[in-house]
Amino acid sequence: MFDTTLSWNDLAFLAQGAAMTLAVTAVSVTAGTLLGIIFGVLRVQLGALWAAPLTFVLDIFRSVPLLIQLVLGNAIQAIAKLGWAPFTTSCVVLSLYTAAYCSEIIRGGIEAVPATTRRAARSLGMTWWQDMRYIVAPLATRVSLPAWIGLTLGVMKDSALVLWLGLIELLRASQILVTRLQEPLFILLICGVIYFVISFPIARFGGYLEKRWSPND
Amino acid sequence: MIEIKDVRKSFSTLEVLKGINLTVNKGEVVTIIGGSGSGKSTLLTCINGLEPINAGQITIDGTVVHAKDTDLNKLRRKVGIVFQQWNAFPHLTVLENVMLAPRKVLGLSKEKAEEIAVKQLTHVGLREKLTVYPNRMSGGQQQRMAIARALAMSPEYMLFDEVTSALDPMLVGEVLDTLKMLAEEGMTMICVTHEMAFARDVSDRVAFFHHGVMTEIGTPDQLFGAPQHPDTQAFLASVR
Amino acid sequence: MLNYTFHWNQAFKALPQMLDGALVTLQIALLSMVIGLALALTLTAFRLSGNRILSGFATTWVEIARNTPALFQIYMAHFGLGNFGIHLSPYTALLVGIAFNNAGYLAENFRGALKAIPDTQARAGRSLGMTPVQAFRLIVLPQMLRIAFLPVTNQMVWAILMTSLGVTVGMNTDLAGITQELNARSFRTFEFFALAAVIYYIIAKLVTLAARLLAARMFRY
Repeated sequence: MFDTTLSWNDLAFLAQGAAMTLAVTAVSVTAGTLLGIIFGVLRVQLGALWAAPLTFVLDIFRSVPLLIQLVLGNAIQAIAKLGWAPFTTSCVVLSLYTAAYCSEIIRGGIEAVPATTRRAARSLGMTWWQDMRYIVAPLATRVSLPAWIGLTLGVMKDSALVLWLGLIELLRASQILVTRLQEPLFILLICGVIYFVISFPIARFGGYLEKRWSPND
Repeated sequence: MIEIKDVRKSFSTLEVLKGINLTVNKGEVVTIIGGSGSGKSTLLTCINGLEPINAGQITIDGTVVHAKDTDLNKLRRKVGIVFQQWNAFPHLTVLENVMLAPRKVLGLSKEKAEEIAVKQLTHVGLREKLTVYPNRMSGGQQQRMAIARALAMSPEYMLFDEVTSALDPMLVGEVLDTLKMLAEEGMTMICVTHEMAFARDVSDRVAFFHHGVMTEIGTPDQLFGAPQHPDTQAFLASVR
Repeated sequence: MLNYTFHWNQAFKALPQMLDGALVTLQIALLSMVIGLALALTLTAFRLSGNRILSGFATTWVEIARNTPALFQIYMAHFGLGNFGIHLSPYTALLVGIAFNNAGYLAENFRGALKAIPDTQARAGRSLGMTPVQAFRLIVLPQMLRIAFLPVTNQMVWAILMTSLGVTVGMNTDLAGITQELNARSFRTFEFFALAAVIYYIIAKLVTLAARLLAARMFRY
């Protein structure tokens, strides 16, 4: 169907790009989730008023384009002479970006646990930590997990933007091949299929969990 | 006149109406009683064509409801229905809820529709609630609004499908009073209900449904006073 | 520790230029939303049509839009369509890409909103003599738009953020594009992009605020 000059080497090049996409995503989502849990719990514990500065800062990451954040992150590390590689800078910025969204998901999950349930736990003599560990965490996870899966996929897709800092991830790798082989549609289609194959099954699984765990269904 | 002849209706393999015969004359009030799952509510939704039937025929003033060339939208203007769940349109005020169909279906002017709506809402005692949104009202008020909404189409027949079943006990009275008022005004009505006192009070005839069969029909005195069929007797004994 | 001198003056001098860019950004975002909403309603109609081909087409669109990066979609519009002899300018490619993305996400929002409206609502409309189309337009659609209003607002904010991706296909008239050009001439990267970030933030907040005010006016129930 496609008369192509695409070689096995080129496909390996695309696979390397995909590996970079997954590496950036894995690092950022792991770090971002840990930070997001800390921020989310903090926001609930502090209450809206005391958490306002934190909420404000996190909101900035959700209201400014990621591309601008990446450029700024890179500029800051240059000004501070940190000498970070593009990979490090990308992961740091994406982690903070992920943390901002994740804290929102965690907060929502914790607040979805009825106050009466928590009071019941405390009235049984559980400590704050025990209440969090045995009551809040399992219940909040049910509410948060589908959204967290959505966030992870979102970060995977948004990680394409790190190409602006010179990282050769999946989309940039495709673009390089397009420029060299002059077959934009075919190569971009392969690239799209790779994204789709990673994202679609996980998104479906998230949708399934959401449906199964929805309290109203 | 509504004529129901040998009507059969199944949901997949479950037959809920097993050959129903019933004729309701102009000005008559017929109530249908019976246990849950007896098919009484299904019959109402078949009468105005919301549900297809598997066999038999329903005619309203000579029009065959389930014939292919019947304009159901036109027919439904003639036959109002009010459901157990009142189905208020939450995005419209009480007045707008009632005005909507006269304007869009009958094509009346805004002024005319408003005049009719205000008249009907006053009739059911909601004159004070015109600009209120339904979710600010009690279930009884919303149900009366649904009745006014159906009446605003000037129907010749009204079908009431367990209109008090979803209401708090203390709100049942106001809705039943509205139905009684309509009955006294001479509206032709078929009411599916669990309110035996109401059925006794307002009906010209009472029908008893059991497992998709109309086992007995008669005047309130006959049916409540001297029920013939053992199923009717058992049912009446259970609800007393 | 930091021997870097900030040159904010230069950035502030460029502010009028950047605000012009912000207008272009807002224009693309709004246009992409209008197109996206129209397409999403069409896709929703396709999905409800019961026609296999139409609903399959709609579902494919929605899944591609949701499962590939927005930047990929813009690349497809800019580079991919070249195979068919269609060469879109950066502006058009950006608009097409974002509108495609909007349509997919919005159609999915609409589907969720429709699920939240009980069937009995349309049935009540039908029982008053409305045609199926009337019942949908007068009863279901207004309620659907209300439920979907918040997700639509979020998508609008997303659309604004997505416009910044245009710079990667050579767009140079929107806020990100102008900022990048200023940066390329002066190398005051931090100052220019920090200012751009502030402008993006303000636009996003203003749009959210406007949407809230609009919602308060539109939905009084």
